[in-house]
Amino acid sequence: MTDANTRELNMSEALNEALHEEMERDPGVFVIGEDIAQMGGLFQVTTGLLDRFGPQRVIDAPISEAAQAGAGVGAALVGCRPVVELQIADFVSLVMDQVVNHAGKWRYMSGGRVTVPFVLRGAVSSGIGMAAQHSQTLESWFVHAPGLVVIMPSTPYDAKGLLKSAIRDDNPVVFLEKRLLYSRPGPVPAGEYTIPIGVADVKREGTDVTVATYAAGVHLALQAARQFAREGIELEVVDLRTLKPLDTETLVASVRKTGRLVVVSEASRAGGFASEVVARVSDEAFAALQSPPVRVTAEDVPMPYSAPLERAVLPQVEDVVAGVNAALERVVIEEAPA
Amino acid sequence: MAAPATWADAQALEELLLRMWQIRAFEIRAMELFEEKLIRGSVHPYVGMEAIAVGACAALGPDDFITSTHRGHGHCIAKGLDLKLMMAEIIGREDGYCRGRGGSMHITAIDKGMLGADAIVAGSSAIAVGAAHGLRLQGRDGVVLCFFGDGAANQGILHEACNLAAVLSARTVFVCENNEWAISTPAAASTRIANIGDRAAGYGFPGVVTDGNDVLGVRGVTAEAVARARAGEGPTLIEAKSYRVTPHSAATKTDLRPPDELDAWRARDPILRFSRHLAEEHAVEPARLEQIEDQARRDVEEAVEFALASPRPEPEAALEDVFAPADWLTPGRLA
Repeated sequence: MTDANTRELNMSEALNEALHEEMERDPGVFVIGEDIAQMGGLFQVTTGLLDRFGPQRVIDAPISEAAQAGAGVGAALVGCRPVVELQIADFVSLVMDQVVNHAGKWRYMSGGRVTVPFVLRGAVSSGIGMAAQHSQTLESWFVHAPGLVVIMPSTPYDAKGLLKSAIRDDNPVVFLEKRLLYSRPGPVPAGEYTIPIGVADVKREGTDVTVATYAAGVHLALQAARQFAREGIELEVVDLRTLKPLDTETLVASVRKTGRLVVVSEASRAGGFASEVVARVSDEAFAALQSPPVRVTAEDVPMPYSAPLERAVLPQVEDVVAGVNAALERVVIEEAPA
Repeated sequence: MAAPATWADAQALEELLLRMWQIRAFEIRAMELFEEKLIRGSVHPYVGMEAIAVGACAALGPDDFITSTHRGHGHCIAKGLDLKLMMAEIIGREDGYCRGRGGSMHITAIDKGMLGADAIVAGSSAIAVGAAHGLRLQGRDGVVLCFFGDGAANQGILHEACNLAAVLSARTVFVCENNEWAISTPAAASTRIANIGDRAAGYGFPGVVTDGNDVLGVRGVTAEAVARARAGEGPTLIEAKSYRVTPHSAATKTDLRPPDELDAWRARDPILRFSRHLAEEHAVEPARLEQIEDQARRDVEEAVEFALASPRPEPEAALEDVFAPADWLTPGRLA
């Protein structure tokens, strides 16, 4: 993907480009959310859209998340392609009825006679001290509800290409962005491209352990992989990118190669997406597993505010390392602190 | 006695009566089919409220849309949906509007201007706002009319939707069908205001309280609201006061409503009232009125015959149509 025209963009800039390009391409695309027009969004993802596309297509809505989502569904039903921005992904609790009971079901309830091309974007804000009501990672809610596509990108390149695909897709898509990744730069080619939905990306090839993950977990896994490489242990980091539909082919192929699976997710553990990944691999390739699969996840507690507490709840690189060691059935003797 | 100005007017009035009788006949037949176990789940009959749907939809054009509720058959018939395809749907057959996937509470026919019936009682209010905005973006002049009940008036989404509609000047009309009871809870126990229509003041758009058993009255206030919306002057909230004289649903056997209240509302039957109006003000002969009623019954019987002859969906089709066609939708890879 790297060529002479590749720039370094952060994820906010990459998403912003995707919106500019898709709004340019299709007059039915519009964005609605809080502080997205004049201000360009709390995280600058919608910067410049108002000037280019005007207030009918770039809408600063009242603080009415459910109505924004519902309006998105309605606009989609008449053939538009709305992109609804949830300022903080935790506010999904306010929009669940519109997303789950409406966006996700309308097509099926109509016997396949309507389409709902609707994108709900939200910023997952854990890891920066935003506390319990601004730090949840709730993708499994949407994976569980039928009829929704669920995407969580890890890099600016993926974010741009996947958002463009999400907007063009005829299905409702929940697109969750990790806030800590907004400012993280990465290469993005200057030209037009999309990334297909439902295709995982092997971010690092390896032979010894498969680490299946997504969003910020990818960066934890890559860090852990660099540590293990120094010991001659090669992790294969599979960035799932799309949680639903899940690319089980790539996932299972990797596990068949390595025989060991660690799943890293920043969501809490019980009922989380990591459990689904383990279940899916067990369904399709149980015999290929040489050791029990390991889940590295957040703890089952509301996110605490204070830094040492939040750090204790969210998975860290050392937790991924410990998970990989468990999958390798290695007993690692910690050195006693000096 | 004022004769209709033109034959077209007379026809339009008879059409209103026919639609009202079709709704009545459809609902009564649907309740019977439920008892015969040909309809599953439930049916929420619209009996007694026919004037609202028929009056409101008479003020809409073919490019306008409605959203509806769990009690939606009346809205569908008033908007001109096909009785046969409706009946096939609620009996769960392949020829139904939604191929039997949606049933009584989810009839959708976008090509007829029916965005969908929504069993989350106020759930479609925001959908109406977004659809109206979408139509405007596309340069279409359609208005979206959202039906909801007095019970739904207390769901939060309606507040958000009304306010958003006001802010966007969305071409919407909100029609609250106040039928007095949310299953077993009277409206008076759910709100401290006498008129739900008064809530419009809180959104900065007009609220109109009207007699929901007067089909021409409902048509009149809706026509004004639609014209206002179409002109870009913003939404209107219409509260149409009526009553459902049948139970909450065919499956709800308990009815806490006082019998004398029911009797009083039966005496205000909107269909008989409009029939009298046609006889007295437009010299429509009793034989003609009977003809229209019979026609409605025949239409419904034909719909039942059609529905019962329609094939049941194949079980393996249960997994189809969760998602719209997409590149990623290759067999065996769907999560």
